[in-house]
Amino acid sequence: MKPVKRIRSRSVVLPTKDIDTDQIIAARFLTTTSREGLGQSAFYDLRHNKDGSENAEFALNKPEAKGCNILVAGNNFGCGSSREHAPWALLDYGFEAIISTEIADIFRNNSLKNGLIPVVVDDATHEWLLKNPGAELEIDVKRATLVLPNGDSVPFPIDGFAKYCLVEGIDQLGYLLQQSDKIVAFEEARTWTP
Amino acid sequence: MSQSTLFEKVWSDHVVVDETTNTPAMLYIDLHIIHEVTTPQAFTVLRERALPVRRPDLTLATMDHSTPTTPVSSFKDLAVVGESAANQIRQMEQNCDEFGIDLIGFGHQNRGIVHVIGPELGATQPGKTIVCGDSHSSTHGAFGALAFGIGTTEVGHVLATQCLLQRKPKTLAVSVDGRLPAGVSAKDIILAVIGKIGVDGGTGHVIEYRGDAIAALDMESRMTICNMSIEGGARAGMIAPDDTTFEYLAGRPRSPQGSGWDEAVRRWRALQTDTGAAFDKSVSFSADSLQPMVTFGTNPGMVVGINDPVPDGGDDPSFRKALDYMQVESGKPMTELAVDVVFVGSCTNGRLSDIEEAARVLQGRKVADGVRMLVVPGSQQVKNQAEDKGLDRIITDAGAEWREAGCSMCIGMNGDTVGQGKLSVSTSNRNFEGRQGIGARTVLASPATAAASAVRGRVTDPRAFS
Repeated sequence: MKPVKRIRSRSVVLPTKDIDTDQIIAARFLTTTSREGLGQSAFYDLRHNKDGSENAEFALNKPEAKGCNILVAGNNFGCGSSREHAPWALLDYGFEAIISTEIADIFRNNSLKNGLIPVVVDDATHEWLLKNPGAELEIDVKRATLVLPNGDSVPFPIDGFAKYCLVEGIDQLGYLLQQSDKIVAFEEARTWTP
Repeated sequence: MSQSTLFEKVWSDHVVVDETTNTPAMLYIDLHIIHEVTTPQAFTVLRERALPVRRPDLTLATMDHSTPTTPVSSFKDLAVVGESAANQIRQMEQNCDEFGIDLIGFGHQNRGIVHVIGPELGATQPGKTIVCGDSHSSTHGAFGALAFGIGTTEVGHVLATQCLLQRKPKTLAVSVDGRLPAGVSAKDIILAVIGKIGVDGGTGHVIEYRGDAIAALDMESRMTICNMSIEGGARAGMIAPDDTTFEYLAGRPRSPQGSGWDEAVRRWRALQTDTGAAFDKSVSFSADSLQPMVTFGTNPGMVVGINDPVPDGGDDPSFRKALDYMQVESGKPMTELAVDVVFVGSCTNGRLSDIEEAARVLQGRKVADGVRMLVVPGSQQVKNQAEDKGLDRIITDAGAEWREAGCSMCIGMNGDTVGQGKLSVSTSNRNFEGRQGIGARTVLASPATAAASAVRGRVTDPRAFS
């Protein structure tokens, strides 16, 4: 995996609460056998009108959203399905980080394994971010801080191991495979077998 | 020795490498269930790195999500699900063949939804760790297993190592006491729970459902409850195993047999939360005054009693957006709403007792004019059992469609969709925008409520039909 150390970008804001995985990528796009090219399906039903034309009112379609790689979302982002297609689609669309007050467990795990940074902030910071789309933000992954345009540094929680893997570009499967002896020992020592 | 919760007992029995500040725990997985949608990219990684599947014997494979629910005799018939879904299905067959995994494929009498066949085969057992690339893996927690959904990268981890890297989650006790009134079912309990804790109430937690109202439930009802734990934000929900659990599992093909059975039951009986063990959070409910519940919005936490008015969300724009999408008004009960489609099925409510519950309402009645009703058994075994009882006849005589097993209209990947702007009363688990197809408006409900709504053509309190 490519290391992710620092992200600098303007923000784009989707203030809706509880944006679920089906909105991020609808199930009809999950019949793929590849993880590539899913960006075109990201937020498809929000980005398009019923007749298939582009919905010019949707925040991501506005000219100022171009080149914004940090998504600020309403409370509780990513609830619902375990589909890893959600972070794959967001990354392919161009996002590198999601900021909210809460990020659902499975979505957060899937994001961390693919280099999409889940950033959970306090209500006051969140409120400010919602009100200031286009803010120039910096995310320092190693220090686990979000730097606001005024220079204020807001810490965010991130699992130490996940952070280490992100910053060093380490793939967790390699780490697991290195523990093979311990897996064998565990299997041999069990008092019952599944 | 300190007092432990059920979750902690199962967790600590599977730790291969202890958690430290710098590294998560390495957790051994006893049963890995795989399906066609969330595995192809994981097999690609194995192939790229020339890795075998470590324990094909602990891997249970089937196809359910993108499969047709009309009869299929050959791959030529897969045209009904579209080219990419058909390709995914073929890919699953190839992957299982290449990596030495037995696939419960088309034509197999045991095929069905992952979370229906695991228990049905007796592969789901108390004290196991169970994962699947599907968030409703929480279903298996009804047996006292620790079961949760994982992403495709993690599917690759389990295929290659039979292990996962996990931080230990917190615990949430959900106690439901009292006696469930007639006409109210497990689906109503779990909808009420999610309505109370919210769709993020369980984030970071494993739920244990406790109390006499839970203990009184049969296994299929317990599965309905645990299934929707993820809708409350919890990756896993568990219920301590008891005689009801053991009776369900006895004699199933993959259950322990002979002396192994007695030994297993002895071990399983210890899987109880110790008196005095502490949970990180607790909530409690009374079942006594519960009524049939329905959702009114676009997430499963937006829930209301069937005869109660839809609440007023104030000036919350997300709430207003949800009501606009659903074409629902605050202050009015959901029973005003006209129904276009009714779906009975899914890993939440696609088991025999669910189909019986719907059939009891449909018996001798007709689905209202203009309403399409689809009844999709959760597995081919459920289908066969329902047909042995003549339920298929009741369903088709009422004017509803009786299908082959699969996820079907819960997720709308296989062509079974509700239709733009149409209102569906569904026994599935998610009422997200577009979940049942583009523009579909979903009302989640119990099988009885769904069937009653089909008969009247409006969202209907099933107690009117008892």
